[in-house]
Amino acid sequence: MSLSLFVLQVVNGLEYGLLLFLVASGLTLVFGVLGVLNFAHGSFYMLGAYLAWWLSERTGSLLVAILVAIPAMVVIGLAVERLAIARLYARDHLSQVLLTYGLVLLFNELQRALWGNDVHGVSTPRALAWTMHLGETQTWPAWRAFTALACVGIGVAMRQIVLKTRFGMRVRAGASNAEMVEALGIDVRRLFAILFSAGTALAGLAGMLAAPLTTVYPGMGESVLILSFVVVVIGGIGSIKGAFFGALLVGLADTFGKVLLPGFASAIVYAVMAAVLLWRPRGLLGPAFEGR
Amino acid sequence: MRRRLLLLAAAAALGAVAFSGDRFWLQFLGKAMIGSILAMSLDLLVGFTGLVSLAHSAFFGLAAYLLAGLTNRFDLVNPVVTLPLCVAFAAACALVIGWLSLRATGVYFIMVTLAFTQMLFYLFNDSPALGGSDGLYVKTRPIEGRAAAYVAIWAAVVLVYLLLSRLLRAPYGRVLEGIRGNDQRMRSLGYPTRRYKLVAFVIAGALAGLAGYLDATLYGFVNPAQLGWRQSGLILVTVLLGGRGTLYGPALGALLLAFIEHYGERVTDHWNALIAALVIAVVLFLPRGLAGLVQGTPRA
Repeated sequence: MSLSLFVLQVVNGLEYGLLLFLVASGLTLVFGVLGVLNFAHGSFYMLGAYLAWWLSERTGSLLVAILVAIPAMVVIGLAVERLAIARLYARDHLSQVLLTYGLVLLFNELQRALWGNDVHGVSTPRALAWTMHLGETQTWPAWRAFTALACVGIGVAMRQIVLKTRFGMRVRAGASNAEMVEALGIDVRRLFAILFSAGTALAGLAGMLAAPLTTVYPGMGESVLILSFVVVVIGGIGSIKGAFFGALLVGLADTFGKVLLPGFASAIVYAVMAAVLLWRPRGLLGPAFEGR
Repeated sequence: MRRRLLLLAAAAALGAVAFSGDRFWLQFLGKAMIGSILAMSLDLLVGFTGLVSLAHSAFFGLAAYLLAGLTNRFDLVNPVVTLPLCVAFAAACALVIGWLSLRATGVYFIMVTLAFTQMLFYLFNDSPALGGSDGLYVKTRPIEGRAAAYVAIWAAVVLVYLLLSRLLRAPYGRVLEGIRGNDQRMRSLGYPTRRYKLVAFVIAGALAGLAGYLDATLYGFVNPAQLGWRQSGLILVTVLLGGRGTLYGPALGALLLAFIEHYGERVTDHWNALIAALVIAVVLFLPRGLAGLVQGTPRA
């Protein structure tokens, strides 16, 4: 492998990992704070991608589409939280798995009914439709760089919010002991709703950013969902930092796997996960709460 | 009592269908009964041991794939040879995956079993040597004739039900229920709970393998979608719909779901939405499943 090809794989892996981080961070927070294992999280990624495609066809611009679609995702998140997820807070994992599995089926049918089963390409905005050179032979699309930068920006913002604001303090408190937070008189319902819809919007945004890179197709949410689970398991449930490093690890493993061992790329990621679990059954940055 | 009568009637009616010789019903009910085996064996984990596993479809698929490999590559067809091989293979895979997965507990366990299932899905889906996304045909089926295959499936359902209900009444089954109630307390009583759970996982995996073997025999092909997590989700749905922790509930739930699926497909193209609505409704309003309606009072 030449140096420039190696560098290309590294930047591709990091960019993919960052995208996974957007999805996985919401998943890990929703589980850590709300205590709900949400299988429908991948559907939000799919919905985001489809909205990006559909709206950019209408408006002619992906950026406008994204600006419209993000509030839409927030609304979808709020609705799903109120109508379905809120009924699961006191229920066991099996109920959570099954109800959110039902939501996955529902969203898949919704996608089929609204947009059909065709694969759609999404064109990148003209301002970002150029490529940059990596070494002598390789090029890297500007959209990927934009995606990576956007993810880094969101990651940094999330860190600031979680560590420096009152809301973030409540989120952290909720992650370690939600009952206590409620006992202190904080409106947990509101906190949960905001957090869930934020997670929904992040997963949707990841889908929107990925749409020009991967095309938009049925079932696209599921592979991302499962990889996000792997990320969360590797990083430790409830840990944003863990999700960050887990996502980069999975992104790199997947990208290099595709080059070095084509055909087994998907399996490599799971092998990494099995290795991490053998070493640390609660993930790299596993949480302190035992009961969940 | 009501339960016994219900079961006897269902078993007799299903057995009688074998004499009808109707192609459609043999295939349809055969498939439904394979669903019963899957649901009962998963209930051993979900309902009795408290382990929510999403790897059940994996063992189903692995046994079916092995049967395809044995018949196509090695001309091994005779069920006396292939059946034990396929079931043992599923059990061995369940041993490895279970050993790894049971290092994790609770929600980690769910995710890890999910990940292994998808790993196997991609392994079969992405490699042309294993049939790729089209899957494989079983060139010569171990049991010739649809009626014979149907009878074999019927016998398997009855045997699996008897085996599991015997197992659950035995001290071993009591320990499993104890683990579901309070793992830590069972451990402090001196039971090596992880080993108990692993044995249950292997038994369930072997029975899922049996179901996979019968499915490949009935249909003559296997494809990776049968192995994926959505299939596992559907088996979980069956268990919940029928009533977890009751054995007969999931067995009958599988039959009911097959009918819903069949007639749903006729009524609407979007029958998946129907299933989705059903799942959501059962989780929200009928957490103890249909068996909860039949039984009335909760189990002790």
